[in-house]
Amino acid sequence: MIDKLVASPAAALADVPDGATVMIGGFGNAGMPSELIDALIEQGARDLTIVNNNAGNGDAGLAALLKAKRVRKILCSFPRQVDSWHFDKLYHAKEVELELVPQGTLAERIRAAGAGIGGFYTPTAVGTRLAEGKETRRIGERDYVLEYPIHADYALIKADRADRWGNLVYRKSARNFGPIMASAARITVAQVRETVELGMLDPETVVTPGIFVKRVVRISEAAKKAA
Amino acid sequence: MKKLDRKEIAARVARDIPEGSYVNLGIGLPTLVADYIPKGREIILHSENGILGMGPKPAPGTEDPDLINAGKEPVTMLPGGAFFHHADAFGMIRGRHLDFAVLGAFQVAVNGDLANWHTGAPDAIPAVGGAMDLAVGAKKVFVMMEHLTKRGESKIVERCTYPLTGARCVDRVYTDLAVLDIKPDGVHVVDIVDGLSFDELQRLTGVPLKKLATAA
Repeated sequence: MIDKLVASPAAALADVPDGATVMIGGFGNAGMPSELIDALIEQGARDLTIVNNNAGNGDAGLAALLKAKRVRKILCSFPRQVDSWHFDKLYHAKEVELELVPQGTLAERIRAAGAGIGGFYTPTAVGTRLAEGKETRRIGERDYVLEYPIHADYALIKADRADRWGNLVYRKSARNFGPIMASAARITVAQVRETVELGMLDPETVVTPGIFVKRVVRISEAAKKAA
Repeated sequence: MKKLDRKEIAARVARDIPEGSYVNLGIGLPTLVADYIPKGREIILHSENGILGMGPKPAPGTEDPDLINAGKEPVTMLPGGAFFHHADAFGMIRGRHLDFAVLGAFQVAVNGDLANWHTGAPDAIPAVGGAMDLAVGAKKVFVMMEHLTKRGESKIVERCTYPLTGARCVDRVYTDLAVLDIKPDGVHVVDIVDGLSFDELQRLTGVPLKKLATAA
């Protein structure tokens, strides 16, 4: 019997090695897999390369992982925020490397990895400093810049509901990077609010089919309140 | 002369967005445009984090942390709205499906170059978000900004001195003094605030302006 449900965030992340590339879902707090990030901090892997839209907010989640100096490099589109103080400090001290990627290019590079695409030409960033040193090509009437996929060892994402095959349904704008990150990582771990019996998710509305998901951890509202 | 305030600029932009348009409003000043869309005009707002059919701010106490806009502020959904993932959200942008993007700016050049993501300061932490995608992707790019910097220099320039967001991408600029079209043959004045003459606007603006043929 296939059963991707794992008992705890710790069990789901026990095998993350030092030096791993880890995608972390979420846009701001919407879709951020907080309990998985906490478990990654607890687990201890270091020299991580992190892929996320931002570079941490406040003191929790990704910001806490940065503060614990476990991140060697971060790929993101918008690191600088009013409350990104942990990243700001590490960046100025040159203790973390930044690869700044336009948001749509970040999303498409992740999608490309999951779809087996070796690279693509995009009009975004042509003529700007973010295209410097990259191959450009005129196709038809427009100029494009060559971008490569971003593969990951792990993706940590948050969805709303899952079944034991790993099929996922999301909630509102918390979907954001979840589906594409799930496809781009060797091991995708999804934390969900609720798990349901096989057959309870309408196949017409499954957003991420279980083929993209290795492990599912249920984080109940009760457990959240207790924490 | 009476300069337009931020709300009046937003209202002026809203006037020019026709029924049925798909529109992305950038973070900051452009977000205000949503409040001035005339009643009864159906416009579908896109948010690059994965929403079409975004509605107004929720009533206090009804915010949903899973329902936010690109500025990470709580929003609501209109009936008919849809959610989708980030790659689709940007596919809509780059794939020329959006009718309008309204963006803020530091500078706009006479050839339509846009600078709005980086001041060029060497110690600044760069952050770009979706600005470069919106600049090249939307069918029409509108810019909203003050006409002059705090030091009185024109933000409409011969060449951008700040790092570019996109090349030759701006179609129209709305400022507190005027509405300007960026065309292949130069910058055309569409509208000037009451009490400001064309000559005075020309004196304040860093580049040669053309009177609209119909306004001459």
